[in-house]
Amino acid sequence: MIEFKNVCKWYGDYMALDHVSARVAPGEVVVVCGPSGSGKSTLIRTINRLEPIQQGQIFVDKVDVYNCGSLDELRSQIGFVFQQFNLFPHMSALENLMMAPVMLKRASKADARKHALELLERVGLESKADAYPAQLSGGQQQRVAIARALAMKPRIMLFDEPTSALDPEMVNEVLQVMKALAAEGMTMVCVTHEMNFARDVADMVWFMDAGKLVELAPPDQFFAAPASDRAKKFLQDIRR
Amino acid sequence: MLEILSDNWLSLLIGQWPHGPMGGLVATIGLAIISLLLAFPLGILLALGRISPYRIFYWPATAVVYVVRGLPLIMFIFWAYFMLPLLINTSVSGVTTMVAALVIYEGAYLAEIIRSGIQALPPGQMEASRSLGMGYMKTMRKVILPQALYNTLPSMLSQFISTVKETSLGFVISVHELTFAAAQINNILLTRPFEVFTLLALTYFVLNLLLTGLVKLIESRMNSSRLVVV
Repeated sequence: MIEFKNVCKWYGDYMALDHVSARVAPGEVVVVCGPSGSGKSTLIRTINRLEPIQQGQIFVDKVDVYNCGSLDELRSQIGFVFQQFNLFPHMSALENLMMAPVMLKRASKADARKHALELLERVGLESKADAYPAQLSGGQQQRVAIARALAMKPRIMLFDEPTSALDPEMVNEVLQVMKALAAEGMTMVCVTHEMNFARDVADMVWFMDAGKLVELAPPDQFFAAPASDRAKKFLQDIRR
Repeated sequence: MLEILSDNWLSLLIGQWPHGPMGGLVATIGLAIISLLLAFPLGILLALGRISPYRIFYWPATAVVYVVRGLPLIMFIFWAYFMLPLLINTSVSGVTTMVAALVIYEGAYLAEIIRSGIQALPPGQMEASRSLGMGYMKTMRKVILPQALYNTLPSMLSQFISTVKETSLGFVISVHELTFAAAQINNILLTRPFEVFTLLALTYFVLNLLLTGLVKLIESRMNSSRLVVV
């Protein structure tokens, strides 16, 4: 469903992605982990072309992301959840969810509203439909952000450190929503430091270091017996 | 001075109207409002040009902004006064000339205010909207500009205050506004320029004091109602 072919990216002289090749199958949940600066966020941001790449190709459903007819059309099928939530502060939660479907004529206002309310219920925030982002806690904002991405009925969901900006007691409410999504069969790529989430939910763990995809393994194997020394050290460090 | 005011307050307020064109304070405020209203869309367009990655939009907008900021307003007034009739081959009233000059001038300044408002927003706002599949212009219209314009409202109102003062330059091309009215009164009285022009200065000052108060009020209202925490 997603395929990286020899993807390279440089920031000036600095190589952020170093010949990354990998695939994500439909319905698969991939957790990308690794030390900070290893290129995880850069990698996930290339999937919907938030970052330019200099070499290689990325395909989403056989469509070449960096050489496609309509980037907006492609992006509308890929949900993206940011570390900083990035809700639109001048709109209520409900308006945040309704804007894109209505503006892009995917639904009438009434249908968009109905769907938005369903999604808010699904993330447990139906009572906050009229609240503005600044009136919500971090965890609530992130759940609204997930619902906003779902409002476009995407086939893929990308999560870029969705819990890293949250107070510890709010991490779980967001992870619960993500787990529920995974259980429904959504194709997901998550950059996260939540190793328990990786263990419980992921089908595959991708370990990155210095722009390279060092290790791809099912979570049981990755956590029990990492193949590379770099991954071994990483796991030791985060367990301490 | 009070006696000058009580004899001439009406002509300071509305000029020779209804026996001539509307003038005085009303014309000054009217000129400022019309100019700013017309300069506003121009300012948005120039601001979009200034942040555009496309040279075809960036360079013309940047040129306009730099030229305007590098020249005194009176150059634009002269230019409009002498060139506009030649260009469109018909005579142009002083008011139209003045509005044309002010619109270009204020448009460039508003553009820089609006640009700062756009660039002050976190880049995540643009990314979030684009990630939903919204195009650049749709994102501008629904996500970026509503926030940027709201946040820069106090600066834009300050610009309005300086526009009020700049309308006084209309005097040099005989636009009937407040300064023109005061000069006429001075010509009639002949011997009391100090009082007349002090009166004129006081009128501008009080007007702008009121407007500044309004800006402060709006600013404090915005701060107390602001839901935007960036």
